[in-house]
Amino acid sequence: MKRTISILIENKPGALARAVGLFHQRGYNIESLNVAPLTDGTYSRMTVITKGTENVVEQITKQINKLIDVIKVSDLSEGEHHEIELIIFKFIKSKYNTRIQKILRKKKISVIERSDVVTVAIIDENSDFDSLVKSIGKNNIHEIVRSGGVGIHETEKNLNL
Amino acid sequence: MKYSGGELLLKALKDEGVKFIFGYPGGAALHIYDAIFRQKYVDHILVRHEQGATHAADGYSRATGKPGVVLVTSGPGATNAITGLATAFMDSIPLVVISGQVQSHLIGTDSFQETDMIGVSRPIVKHSYLVQSAEEIPSIVQEAFYIAQTGRPGPVVIDIPKDKTDPLHKYKYKKPAKPYLRSYQPKIKPHPGQIKKAAKAILSSERPVIYAGGGAIYSNAAKELSELNKILKVPVTNTLMGLGVYPAKNKLFLGMLGMHGTYQANMAMHNADLILAVGSRFDDRITNTPSLFAPNAKIIHIDVDPASISKIIKADIPIVGQVKDSLQALIKEIKRSKIKIDTDAIDIWNIQIDKWRKKHGLDHDLYQKKLKSKMIMPQVVVQELYNVTKGNAYVTSDVGQHQMFVAQYYHFNKPRRWINSGGLGTMGFGLPAALGVKLAFPKQEVVCVTGEGSIQMCIQELSTCLQYGLPIKVVNINNEALGMVRQWQDMNYGGRHSASTYQNSLPDFVKLTESYGHVGLKVTKPSNLRKTLEKSFAMKDKLVFIDVLVDPNEHVYPMLVAPNGSMKDMWLSKNKKT
Ligand SMILES: Cc1ncc(C[n+]2csc(CCOP(=O)(O)OP(=O)(O)O)c2C)c(N)n1
Ligand SMILES: [Mg+2]
Repeated sequence: MKRTISILIENKPGALARAVGLFHQRGYNIESLNVAPLTDGTYSRMTVITKGTENVVEQITKQINKLIDVIKVSDLSEGEHHEIELIIFKFIKSKYNTRIQKILRKKKISVIERSDVVTVAIIDENSDFDSLVKSIGKNNIHEIVRSGGVGIHETEKNLNL
Repeated sequence: MKYSGGELLLKALKDEGVKFIFGYPGGAALHIYDAIFRQKYVDHILVRHEQGATHAADGYSRATGKPGVVLVTSGPGATNAITGLATAFMDSIPLVVISGQVQSHLIGTDSFQETDMIGVSRPIVKHSYLVQSAEEIPSIVQEAFYIAQTGRPGPVVIDIPKDKTDPLHKYKYKKPAKPYLRSYQPKIKPHPGQIKKAAKAILSSERPVIYAGGGAIYSNAAKELSELNKILKVPVTNTLMGLGVYPAKNKLFLGMLGMHGTYQANMAMHNADLILAVGSRFDDRITNTPSLFAPNAKIIHIDVDPASISKIIKADIPIVGQVKDSLQALIKEIKRSKIKIDTDAIDIWNIQIDKWRKKHGLDHDLYQKKLKSKMIMPQVVVQELYNVTKGNAYVTSDVGQHQMFVAQYYHFNKPRRWINSGGLGTMGFGLPAALGVKLAFPKQEVVCVTGEGSIQMCIQELSTCLQYGLPIKVVNINNEALGMVRQWQDMNYGGRHSASTYQNSLPDFVKLTESYGHVGLKVTKPSNLRKTLEKSFAMKDKLVFIDVLVDPNEHVYPMLVAPNGSMKDMWLSKNKKT
């Protein structure tokens, strides 16, 4: 089962490597990973999307919590949450046809056009990336970049210091 | 006064109460070595291999409960310390390992003797630091000691680039404030609600077993464990790491459990209706196939590390907390409870266990018997060692059959007396560990029980023992084979002894020991065993290496049947299964 885990971690040298390394050491997989520092810059929030049974995810959160630099861990999948991703497609202008534009207009997008290429940034919730690419046609896309899912509780619940 | 980074390091170590540093010098650590030379509070013990330094510090820590301190140089010095770090990590031993690193501006350039120590050691440390400025050395040292010793203990690495210890740069020393880490607050107090539940479950059980491990030793909870069982009077088993935490002489003691555990201990676990796990972690050497483990038992699991709970076996009543505090709370709760344990049921259970013990228990009187074999039995070596040392020695061991024979036949009545690498199973651990113990307790008898295979992995430390005058005793249970490997080959590989014998290439251990400046003795006949051991232990100020040639055909039983076995499935001899 897909799981979205949020981690608050000290913004110290080596801290990220410890958290990421732990997944490998303990045989857990990382589907996607997103990390950036928050307000005062002393700590970061990570979102790790992983797959595993209830037991495996319980172990993951406990093991991550054990890292000295980790401040808090929460398995967002236990409750209602948003999992939002930024996907950026770049198209050669000539291939950016009306069919593709129609597909993309159904999403929250921002478009940057140049004479040669069009870059489309999509903010996608619970995205089905594979079927999106399929519907556009893989060969029509010049370049792709994804942020990986970023998770947040849907309700008042928060994960703060 | 102003101090160099090297001097700051030594001041900080002194403030932590460090008496010994186990280490080995080299380029990146030379500023530190000079600082060591110019102070008199901390003694440096020069080992002969960095692996020896880590094991010696580890042995020191296991025996004293204090953190062990290691100092190595960068590159090969650091990588040689890795096995010892992994050993300490697996058994939750607090070490502080300081490694020299190349100068900051050279990091990442593949400079001479550069190894990314932080990266290489990452999966086998509790935490690590790369020193960024000399001024932070005292606070890092203090934090490292704090982290190493609190919560679930473990090794911490401090990697110090050479320029950060340079005597050209001097700083003021200020004793740092008590460490506070917002991201690390080891939870200590057990939850009262869980304690209540646990007490109720224990008092309502009819076939309970207490299963105590290394965590109970590290938490100094031997007294509490005995106090609890004075009330309950239920059977107690110890893991390989837990031996000594409950007195072996107590008639409620079942012996060790698990892979080579006693018949009664494994049967009791399998048939229990309640298992109270105390600082033990349901290692695969204990549970055999987890899905077949103790089918009818309710599990109460006390551990300071929440990640150890329900990792392998789901706990019905988890208790996160120091073992000592948890047991104290549990004792109070049990004393206060209106429910009383059903003593009739417990009597029946203890009678059943005695039946198991009589049926297939270990024979602790082999040394008194007329035996068929003309050769010495390894089990008898341990029994005689127990007799000669009156059970009071600190015993370290290496890894293999000899280790299991000690665990089975040397009755440990006190914690911290049995010192072995349980989690990682590191051959080469025994001799350097013994050296560390002897430094801590110079007046106590310290014995390393080893095998001719293991001893050769760190035998160079005999030289260290001479330099520092450490008259330990080494008992080499010499079966002229990698016995435990051969045992598995006999059980599972049709007796094909692939790479487990030496084709007459073993050294003459007596001469070897003598060339290291110690006393070497050899025993081949059963009739000489006791005498030679007595003679050796009478040489109080000598390191004596006793090479005992034993029957190579003796194997360690019981042995859990794997794969797909439960704890009741044991080999009792080569051909006989339960
Ligand atoms: C460093 C290391 N390498 C390999 C092993 C695997 N191993 C476990 S026991 C053993 C044999 C040990 O032989 P010896 O020290 O003579 O002890 P014996 O079993 O004969 O008593 C080996 C090779 C290990 N535990 N540690
Ligand atoms: Mg051997």
